Amino acid sequence: MTNAALIKKKRNVQLMWVTICATFAVITVGTLAFLFYWIIVGGAEVISWSFITQMPEQNMTAGGIWPALVGTIYVSLLTIAISVPLGIGAAIYLNEYAKQGRLVRLIRLSIRNLSGVPSIVYGLFGLGLFAATFGFGRSLIAAALTLAIMVLPWVITGAEEALKAVPRSFREGGLALGATKWQTIRQLVLPSAIPGMATGAILGLARAAGETAPIILTGAAYFLPIIPHDIKEQFMALPYHLYILATQHSETATVRPIAYGTALVLIILVILLNSVAIFIRNYYRRKNELL
Amino acid sequence: MAIKEAEPIQIDVREQFQPYFEGDVKKVFQVEELSLWYGSNQALKDISFDIKEKQVTAIIGPSGCGKSTFLKTLNRMVELNTNVKTSGSIVYHDIDIFDPSVNLVELRSAIGMVFQKPNPFAKSIFDNVAFGPKIHGVRNKKKLKEVVESSLKRVGLWDEVKDRLNESALSLSGGQQQRLCIARCLAVEPEVILMDEPTSALDPISSAKIEHLIEELKELYSIVVVTHNMQQAARISDHTAFFLHGELIEYNRTDRMFSNPQDQRTKDYVSGRFG
Amino acid sequence: MRLPSLKTNVDSNQSVVVTKQKLTQKSFVTNLGDYLMEKLFLVLGTLAIFILLLIVGFLFREGSDAIREVGISEFIFGQSWYPSSSDPRYGALPFIISSVMVTVGALLLAVPWGIFTAIFISEIAPKRLKEMLKPVVEVFAIFPSVVLGFIALIVISPIVANVFNLSNGLTAITASVILSVMALPTIISIAEDSLNSVPSDFKEGAYALGATKWEVIKDISLPAAKSGIIAAVMLGFGRAVGETMTVLMAAGNAIDMPVQQLLGLTIPDFLTSVRTLTANIAIEGSDVAWGSLHYSALFVVGMILFVITFIVNLIADLLINRQRGALRND
Ligand SMILES: Nc1ncnc2c1ncn2[C@@H]1O[C@H](COP(=O)(O)OP(=O)(O)OP(=O)(O)O)[C@@H](O)[C@H]1O
Ligand SMILES: [Mg+2]
Repeated sequence: MTNAALIKKKRNVQLMWVTICATFAVITVGTLAFLFYWIIVGGAEVISWSFITQMPEQNMTAGGIWPALVGTIYVSLLTIAISVPLGIGAAIYLNEYAKQGRLVRLIRLSIRNLSGVPSIVYGLFGLGLFAATFGFGRSLIAAALTLAIMVLPWVITGAEEALKAVPRSFREGGLALGATKWQTIRQLVLPSAIPGMATGAILGLARAAGETAPIILTGAAYFLPIIPHDIKEQFMALPYHLYILATQHSETATVRPIAYGTALVLIILVILLNSVAIFIRNYYRRKNELL
Repeated sequence: MAIKEAEPIQIDVREQFQPYFEGDVKKVFQVEELSLWYGSNQALKDISFDIKEKQVTAIIGPSGCGKSTFLKTLNRMVELNTNVKTSGSIVYHDIDIFDPSVNLVELRSAIGMVFQKPNPFAKSIFDNVAFGPKIHGVRNKKKLKEVVESSLKRVGLWDEVKDRLNESALSLSGGQQQRLCIARCLAVEPEVILMDEPTSALDPISSAKIEHLIEELKELYSIVVVTHNMQQAARISDHTAFFLHGELIEYNRTDRMFSNPQDQRTKDYVSGRFG
Repeated sequence: MRLPSLKTNVDSNQSVVVTKQKLTQKSFVTNLGDYLMEKLFLVLGTLAIFILLLIVGFLFREGSDAIREVGISEFIFGQSWYPSSSDPRYGALPFIISSVMVTVGALLLAVPWGIFTAIFISEIAPKRLKEMLKPVVEVFAIFPSVVLGFIALIVISPIVANVFNLSNGLTAITASVILSVMALPTIISIAEDSLNSVPSDFKEGAYALGATKWEVIKDISLPAAKSGIIAAVMLGFGRAVGETMTVLMAAGNAIDMPVQQLLGLTIPDFLTSVRTLTANIAIEGSDVAWGSLHYSALFVVGMILFVITFIVNLIADLLINRQRGALRND
């Protein structure tokens, strides 16, 4: 084969493979666009202020999703309230106190493993430990504790990243002035790490808000048109509500529009939370770059 | 034609009374057979010398010879690195700083440190200076204000910042930041100040200000300063220690060190032949 | 120049009084505070280990009744699951096979899809495009699985029913399709990371020898990133096999063995309704009587699931470390 022919063949092979890769990338983007399109078109018809703020009525075939939205917000906030202090504490240990060694390796191995445990297994665990053994029953608190354990690996990782971003010179400066380790962490390291930690916390919140499997077992209610007043009560939740409307309801066809609306509200909620988190991260990252 | 003012004649008193003057100066650190390892890598080898009180001691030597390591050993900041091992002793006020009874908080309050790169905290100018006194228990607002003002005056920064004490310290220029860091260190009322290449990140004018400040500060403080800049060492220090590969090659009065080095390696280094 | 005096209470030539007593005195309160904080953080730091042990221990404790009564081999090899019959059966084999089937099916789609996309993002796309594609992948990762399950139900299942002429489109293949979307972000991001971590001098050497861009990708980047890419596949497997909501909504949940006979061979049937390990826990866990044998049996199912994901994730972990180690040594 002549040299020119060889080069031409090489070009064609390259062109073919690059086209294949590009096609898959286009499919990826297309799939995402399709998902949004479908949910937005389906949900836009039903979504309205009263849809969001009304109670479900007539066995969920009419009315709104207010208790499910509130339930989701309650359980997510409770989850974060439990997991963030624990996660920040763990991150402070790993990043500030621990010396590299067997214990730290073991902790990191456990964190990675926990993040791979299926959510339904967390649900089963929460059911057995918090609902049954601790006697919380199926309730907000049992669900929140379960979700808190589930998001803990992410919260720890996020908090650790935030701590890593604090310059070493702050710690040295503090210690060199005779501050104790805790004074240095409390007064110099944590204030600078808070925006990063907030980002991690909100990402955890978004994850908790979109999660369904664990709360099916630990506290979500099929239909409960009241706002929970106590952490030992059951609650409605948006993702579970969507599941019910889509598959468990006796008239799935009738409630389909409501299901679309629920899906859209859930997506908006999750994306909103993620955007806030990313906004905070970028805002402080830019601010730090300016310094 | 204007008559030129006569240059004042400078007489170095110490030069004339050398024999008993040297014996008279008190020492603040007595370093004895100090060795230090990072893991299995020995960074300091058997170092012994005295650091004099209320004088400026310069540490010079080529990159990687252990200057920073030595400086950080004096207030035991070096132990923040993992796997650091030391032997020998550094006697400070009749006690070996490696003694288990030594309280690191007190040690580091008495021995302040200024870093190569200015490292103000992400707080206001006022809070940067007030940080030290606050953690050491000063709660009184008026007292804090006094300390902040006098510390900033001491480093010549007061007039530049007195109207913007609540602004972020990070808004200051590099030279101002470094003086702020010195003020922050003075506010804790230390006895010794350690400085690791305090001017290497600064422009010439800011450097000159810091040098001037160091000369003023030695009236009240013992200062140990690491520098890469031989002229700077000659200008500001009273004594100089020359390090090479973790060893102390020569320690002498600065003027003698530069005019009449004893060791061939020192001679080569101070004449700029290597390093 | 006269220095403004800082020390107001001491005379000017002895500026500060440091004594041996002062250097060795320890403030009880400060020390206790610091000591307690350190211990508190140690406890919080080790929390992850305790939680992992607690999960394993708890699954085992709650499942031990069923293991004792039913026997572990019945769980793994038994083909029928009738927990509420008068003669209850606890054979989880149909669930295990369904889980593996649905997951493997998902990976058949997601692996080429994810890896080619990762190659495009990491090696081919110009910088601007790359910056636009990364958030797309991130948005995939935040899509709640229940919403994807809903899409599977209303969009994919009718298509499947039509194409294969089935009365019900909720089948293993429906679940595989939607699961591939779930596993996609994991595969793309891990594969992309490992492609990015291939040192650029590896590639530059090949370019210098006149290789085309594709040859560099095929002969340099992909082989160097091999372990990382296999890890991406393993993590994708772990993610998909543990996924509950999408399969619960898409797979139909029939509890029979999902197999068919073809020319005397037993082969998996992708066009039938299946129930995975995860879906079974979700369906039966919400109204099982606590403490019953059935309840205990669900924990055994959870244990099986845990063991599968644990092993898969462990292998992925080892592979990622291997690639890191290999690239560092070179
Ligand atoms: N944290 C550390 N871990 C291991 N080795 C270190 C560490 N810090 C310094 N070293 C080693 O110890 C030796 C002395 O380092 P040191 O920083 O004290 O040198 P230096 O004289 O201050 O150099 P420079 O002039 O470049 O600042 C070097 O060989 C260095 O590699
Ligand atoms: Mg140095």
